[in-house]
Parts: sequence; structure tokens; C-alpha cells
Amino acid sequence: MTTRSAAALPGARRRLRLERRLEQPRWLQFLSPVILIAAALLVGGLLLQIAGANPWLVYRRMAQVAFGSAYGWSDTTVKATPLILAGLGVALAFRMRLWNIGAEGQLFLGAFMASGVALHWLPPETPRPLMLTAMAVAGFVGGALWGLIPGLLKAWLNVNEIITSLMLNYVAIYWNNYFIYGPWSQRGFGLTPTFPRSAWMPRFTDYAETFPALRGLTAHFGIFLGIGLALLIWLVLRYTRWGFEINVIGDNPRAARYAGIHLGRNIVLAMILSGGLAGLAGMSEVSGVVHRLQERFSPGYGFTAIIIAWLAKLNPLAIVLVAYLFGGLLVGGDEIQPAGIAQLLQGVILFVVVGGEVLLQYRVRWTR
Amino acid sequence: MELALIVNILAAGIRSGTAILFATLGEIFAERAGVLNLGVEGMMLMGAMSAFGVAANTGNPWLGLLVAAGAGGLMALLHAFVTVTLRADQVVSGLALTFLGTGLSAVLGAPLVEVKQAPRLPTWSIPGLAELPLLGPVLFQHNVIVYVGMLLVPLAWFYIYRTRPGLELRAIGEYPAAADVLGVNVYAQRYAYVVLGGVLAGIGGAALSLAITPLWIEGMTAGQGWIAVGLVIFAGWDPVRAALGSYLFGAIRRLPLDLQNLAFFLRNPTYGYFMNMLPYLFTILVLVIGSREAMRRRLGAPAALGQPYVREERGV
Repeated sequence: MTTRSAAALPGARRRLRLERRLEQPRWLQFLSPVILIAAALLVGGLLLQIAGANPWLVYRRMAQVAFGSAYGWSDTTVKATPLILAGLGVALAFRMRLWNIGAEGQLFLGAFMASGVALHWLPPETPRPLMLTAMAVAGFVGGALWGLIPGLLKAWLNVNEIITSLMLNYVAIYWNNYFIYGPWSQRGFGLTPTFPRSAWMPRFTDYAETFPALRGLTAHFGIFLGIGLALLIWLVLRYTRWGFEINVIGDNPRAARYAGIHLGRNIVLAMILSGGLAGLAGMSEVSGVVHRLQERFSPGYGFTAIIIAWLAKLNPLAIVLVAYLFGGLLVGGDEIQPAGIAQLLQGVILFVVVGGEVLLQYRVRWTR
Repeated sequence: MELALIVNILAAGIRSGTAILFATLGEIFAERAGVLNLGVEGMMLMGAMSAFGVAANTGNPWLGLLVAAGAGGLMALLHAFVTVTLRADQVVSGLALTFLGTGLSAVLGAPLVEVKQAPRLPTWSIPGLAELPLLGPVLFQHNVIVYVGMLLVPLAWFYIYRTRPGLELRAIGEYPAAADVLGVNVYAQRYAYVVLGGVLAGIGGAALSLAITPLWIEGMTAGQGWIAVGLVIFAGWDPVRAALGSYLFGAIRRLPLDLQNLAFFLRNPTYGYFMNMLPYLFTILVLVIGSREAMRRRLGAPAALGQPYVREERGV
């Protein structure tokens, strides 16, 4: 057979073998994120060079813009806020090996519901705390609903949640487009009127009279929501029975079933929470940043959240850190031409980490 | 509805379903070999971008097609290395591939956005057959890439179900350890089929940018790569059903355009947004149907799909 003789590749005699390290040395555990990020920047730099940009200048400029000043940190915080919230949502689902790729759509639906509250469902003179709470609840519900659909389909009919949650991203975008060009539109443009003041999330700069150092910092209180929820989820996962169940299901669904853990119910619950958190990201974005619903208010936060959750190894506290890193990448990327560099680097980072992690877990050997 | 309109929709469906068809067939090969590749969207985008770029710069669309196939194959090779050799998680690696392809095609394609036109692949009317009533316009007045797609379907079917290498392909996706014992090089074949999948996805992308919507726009696949991944499940890993699904989706994607003239339906233009949701909602519906049937008849995924093969460890 031709295929069989073709299988005798030149390298077949002396082959690359991977042996799992029984124990990862401690220095490696600490150094591995650093090694991986450095490797990713190296590969990304190579691609930038091919694309005709000077990688050194690009990286330096990006770092400067994102982390070089108080304004830079504030801008980075603005981007990190939805990334933390959506990242927490994604991580919660991933922990159960539920591949929720629909955070972007869930975020759009959350923004949609929050905008409905701000513009149509509550009077503009509603007191701010009440208005913001209602918007947060609505945002959560919107995202949760969008997570519930793939969750139910998965739990009932074992439909692949990757594709369903992903398809719903597109549906959500068209759904929003219908409203911002149609019934909620401001004169047919792709945006709604500005929210009433009561629906604006407080920003740091609003307190500049008392604390002059905050002047001009547009970061908003959504960041406290993000960090607070990260802490809360970390505690829940670590110290509650439900957190334990989630981990068991993620490790071994069959064992979980034998242990009497209700799989279907947990799948649905995880998808509701996962979507709801992404919905909160959408709410915080329209309420804290754009102050209205418009087209493309998200540069793919929901997708970046997937990378962040994975890089953070699904640890809620690590998500905050990684989200800041990626927030910086977005802020810096906005300043750099050609566009898309931030996205390119995200892909490279994820790839290098996925592949590199394995290399760090294994010992590479050439054997006969 | 008028007959002409139906003919129009069918012809347009076959034309615009061709890109999804290539990608779906490619994914069938990869998944039959036991490797899930969620990077189809990224590979298609790289194919579309590189094909358009090469065609615009060299004036030769065939060269563009070739480069697109290479670009898709190269990206798939990366996935093969990470999942087959390094045995990393196939889901995450595939996602990374899509991110990489989306970003890389946006960066490299940025200068191409201003290029309004590139040479396209030619359209051939098959002499004799093209004049047939109804069938002629539906089947025989197409771009050459559409015919290639049509021909590929029976070829893929024959290869998978009626040849020795096809048997080995099915074996390494069902029971790689047994295939290994029989002397099949599981690693080499998985590499080959994953790369073949990438080549076909790249060609699918090229079909978009060189024939179906001859342009380069950032993210122009608009989820067609993902729809292809969904179609594989619906098709039960069978090329013929994949073709039916692809053409059906082509038709649904085209509906908003084709029905625009029907005043009764689209008097309010913003309803077009609901029409645009249809392909994605249909994918979900089709997946539900596909998944149920898969459960009922146990005509499901290749048993070893998603699992890395390790020679020393006995397993599926």
C-alpha cells in the first residue's frame, strides 16, 4: 500500500518523544507565565516584522501608551473592566468543560437590556442607585438568557454548545442592529439617544473636586464590580459545596454523576451565570463608557475574554491581572497601525501558551 | 413565487454555498481522522485575504488560489503540531487558530482594503448543458470554483467509503490503536488530513474573495467557518449531506438579497436584520436536528474525535 510506505518518514527512526514530567520543578511553575509571554512577544514580533512594522517600536509605544501615565492606567482600566467581567463568566463555564464561546453575544444582549431600562423602561428621573441597579439586573438577565439557550440545548439534547453559543453572537449583533437602526434609533443612525444622567455609571473624574488627582480619569466604577465579583467567585469556588461540584464535573463528568451531582442542572446554572456575567460586562460598558447603545461598542471583548480566562488558568483572581495586561494591549493597539495588531497578538499569545504549556509539562527527548 | 425567482435562489445558493462546502469537506476529513479543528474561520480568512492579495498583485487568480490553499494548509499544520505532537487541547488550539487567522488577516490585509478589484476566477457556461431550461441556470452557469466544489463531493464520498486509504482514515478516527497495530501510521495520517482540511478551508476562503464576493473586507467570512463546523455534525461526517447542507445555507444567506424586491415582505428595511439572523438560527436548528438523530441512530462522531493518540497508552 502506498500510504503505508509513505508512512515511513525519514525521521521515523529517531523520533521526538514527549515524556510527562512527574513533578514540575517549582522554578518552572513561577517562570512559566513569564517564559510563555516572552515567547509570544517574540513570535508576535516576528509576524510584525513580516507585516512590515518595527516590532520593537510597536511594543515600546504600546507599553508607553497603556501603562506610562495615570491616563494610560485609567484607559487600560476602562478596557480591563468588561474583560474582567466577561472573563469571569467564560472561566466559570470553562471550569465545567462547557465551551461557552458566546460571551460576545451575551455582552451585546446585556447592553441591550440595560439600554432598554435606561431609555424606555424606567423614567429618566429615577434615582441613580435604583437606575443603575435595575440596569445591572437587566444586563445580567439579558446575558443569562443568551447563555441559557445553549445551556438548555446542551443539557437536554447534547447539542454542541460551541457552535450554538457562537451562532448566537451573530444573532445578538443583528438583534441590536435592528433596535439601534429601528425603534430605538436616533434619527436612523446606528445609535440610540444618550442615556439620562441617572443611568451613567460614576467615573473617577466625577470626584475630581474632592480628589484633584482624579481629574480626567475616565475609568468608571464598573472596575469595582469586576474586582468585587472576582473575589466573590474565587471564594465561592474555593469554599462552597457548589464550587467543589463544578470542579469535579470539570475533572471527570462520569465520576460526578456517580457521586450524585446533577449534571444537567449544573450545566444550565453555569451557563446562566456565565452569560449573566458577560451581560454585566455589556451593561457596565454602555453605562460607564458609551452612555448609549451603538454599533460596535465592543472591539470583541467577549472573544478576548476567552483568551484571558484560559491564560489565567480559570482562576478568578488571575483573570483580573491578565485582563489588565490585555486591556493594555487594546489601549496600545488602538494607537498602532495597521489595525488588528492587538488581535493578532492575542492569537499568538494563546497559541504559544497552549503549545508551550505542554512543552513545559513534558520533557522532550530524542529516542530511538 | 415565480419560477424565475426560485431558479435564481437555487443558483445563488449553490454559488454562495461553495465556500462553506469546501470548508465543510475539509473539516470532515480532519474530524474523520480524529482531530477537531475549530480554526476553520481563521483558515478561511487567511485564504480569502492571501488569495485576493496575490491575485491583485500578480494579476493571476489561479496563483491566488494556490497561495490560499498553502496558507490554509500551513495554519492547519500548526494545529496538527500542537494537537497531534504536543497533544494539547484541540478545542483551545482551534480557537487560538481562529484568533490568529482573524488578526493576521486583518493586519496583512489592511493595505488590500483599498484595492477595489482583483482579477477573478473565470465563469464558465458549460456548452450544451447551460442552455437547458431550469437546470442550466441552476447548475451549469457558474464560476469554475463552483464546479470544482461540485466535483469534490462525489470524489470525497468515494475516497472515504470505497478506498483502502479511506478505510484507514475512518479507522484512525474510530480506533487509532487498532489501526496502529495494522501498520497504519496514525500520527502521519492525522497530520496529512488536518493539513488537507486546512487546504480546503483556504480554498473556501479563496472562493469567497476571488469569485463569490470578489473583495477583501476584514472578517468577510462572517461566521461561515463556524457554520461549516456545525454543518459537519449535521451532515453526520458524510460529504453528500455536507453538500446539501452547504447549498441550503448558501440559499439562506442569499435570501435577504433575493427577497428584497418582494415589497410585501421587506417594506420596512430594518426587518432585514431579522433576515440576516436566519443562517445563524438555522445552524442552531440544524444542529439540534443533527444531534438528536446522532443520538437516536448512534450515527455519531468518530469515536476518537478530540482525543490525542499516544502510542504507548492503550485506549480508543
